[in-house]
Amino acid sequence: MISNLINRKIFTLLKVQYSNMLEYRVEIALWAISGIIPFFMLNIWTNNNLNESLNISDTLLSRYFLCAFFVRQFSVVWVVFSFEEDSLMGKVSPYLIQPLNPFFRYFAQHLAEQITRFPFALIIAFFFFIFNPESIWIPNLGILLLSIVSTFLSFLIQFLIQSIVACLCFWTEKASSIERLLFIPTLFLSGLLAPVVSFPAYVKSWIYLTPFPYLIDFPANLLSGNETNISGGLIMQILWIFILFPLFKKIWSEGTKKYTAMGS
Amino acid sequence: MVQNIINVKNLSKSFDISSKKPGLKGTIQHFFRRQTKSLKVINDISFEIKEGEIVGFLGANGAGKTTILKMLCGLIYPSEGSILVSGYLPFRRKENFLKNITLIMGQKQQLIWDLPPIESFYLNASIYDLDKLEAKKRIKKLSEMLEIDEELFIPVRKLSLGQRMKSELLAALIHEPNILFLDEPTLGLDINAQRNLRKFLQKYNKETNATICLTSHYMKDITSLCKRVICVHKGEISYDGKLDLLLKKLSPVKEILIVCRSEEDAIKLENSGFTVKNKIKNEITIKIENNSITSSLKTILNNFDIEDLFINEPPIDEVIGQVLIKKDYDI
Repeated sequence: MISNLINRKIFTLLKVQYSNMLEYRVEIALWAISGIIPFFMLNIWTNNNLNESLNISDTLLSRYFLCAFFVRQFSVVWVVFSFEEDSLMGKVSPYLIQPLNPFFRYFAQHLAEQITRFPFALIIAFFFFIFNPESIWIPNLGILLLSIVSTFLSFLIQFLIQSIVACLCFWTEKASSIERLLFIPTLFLSGLLAPVVSFPAYVKSWIYLTPFPYLIDFPANLLSGNETNISGGLIMQILWIFILFPLFKKIWSEGTKKYTAMGS
Repeated sequence: MVQNIINVKNLSKSFDISSKKPGLKGTIQHFFRRQTKSLKVINDISFEIKEGEIVGFLGANGAGKTTILKMLCGLIYPSEGSILVSGYLPFRRKENFLKNITLIMGQKQQLIWDLPPIESFYLNASIYDLDKLEAKKRIKKLSEMLEIDEELFIPVRKLSLGQRMKSELLAALIHEPNILFLDEPTLGLDINAQRNLRKFLQKYNKETNATICLTSHYMKDITSLCKRVICVHKGEISYDGKLDLLLKKLSPVKEILIVCRSEEDAIKLENSGFTVKNKIKNEITIKIENNSITSSLKTILNNFDIEDLFINEPPIDEVIGQVLIKKDYDI
């Protein structure tokens, strides 16, 4: 019953946030286009024949970066910036005294935004295939479903990491600077610039212990059909969620005691 | 017997504030060695509020009124003392407590800016576990009380301030809370919108027996809604009691505007020992103590040639203004 109620709240939040997002369709199209870093990286890799040292064909590499683009489109998180602004301006105050954690609002906002950007991502993929017809492939249904699950888990991990950082607003007021610091390992270790497999073996073993490769590298490899440890990757994603969620709850509970309701 | 719904005992709140000297030197000093000090904004206050009461919190800017409301609704954590609202510790923000209260801040909004208010109403309804039918019924009832109709379907950004405030109220009351915390609810509204809002709050209080805690700088809000006021001065309670008693205590005089037949009479009256507030040609305003008003008027009517006479209470803003700058009112 409790989960039904939460689901109903989330569903209504999602509906409302989706209506809100549709007010910004041009902006969302631009955001979708702004996520084409993987295509630049693909260009750098193939033009310099860097993939030869990894024994990955051009086709598999282009599929990987297309999948990285897709995973990034559906797991990008900006909650730290929204929460920081709302917290500093006192906008979070009315939400704090409602019987629903304010982070559910941001969660629904992100999901609604992902639904809105889906058609734009498809259009970009369509153009990608026009220029790279050899990369066209159809993943089998099982892999596609597992990739969707894995992308959602990646989104959850990023959402939890950023929510934990966002809660630091209660102490530092400018938590987004900490997020910018976290962006560096996210950029290099997540697989956005290069597949993690391209790193030296001793570095790789350390990287796989962090949450970063499970943000883009693992789901992108899974979807593109590259060789990957499916069960190991999914277990690590779930493990990180189990580590991050209680941490978020603790920081939230301590942080709200520090809340001064500035700007209101 | 009416029960206390709010119990506050020895409540204090301190904030850590960092200060910075002006200029580049101050900025560099502030960067390397930040100086913070603890500022006590609420100092050991206690009071009770009964169910169904409308209580006005009065005080100058920065006196601590809003901080008290924020602690009462559970938004901020008290540093010392205890608060019990409707049997709950507000800061724990238990679901049943949150379903019983609402906070409306005149300068803050919870409505989604780009969507019509109706979307925010249904969203709030689902957050408070109301089914769609019940939500529809309540929206209809409240929109009738607030006299809003077409505005429900216009994006919030296109509404006037008054229409937006009414919509904010509807969003905040859809779950029919028993306790309303209102922080400057009429801020920025025109006179008609202020009056309508006050009428609505009176009606809501009458129909639901809701308890209302209100802060406002518009004295009309306080005088038309509150029988009881709590005056806050530098984080301490300087007066807690009936508003009319406070007014009697603070304004023991009446102002009398006397229109004399000639300017000579006005000059004679000016020099006859009464306290004169002002004099313009043959019109003179004097102040007379409440307990000597009959005898003084008799003297004036017998000794001067009077054309007309008006008895006025001193402006409420002036009277209440005294409360905001003084510490204690022993009534």
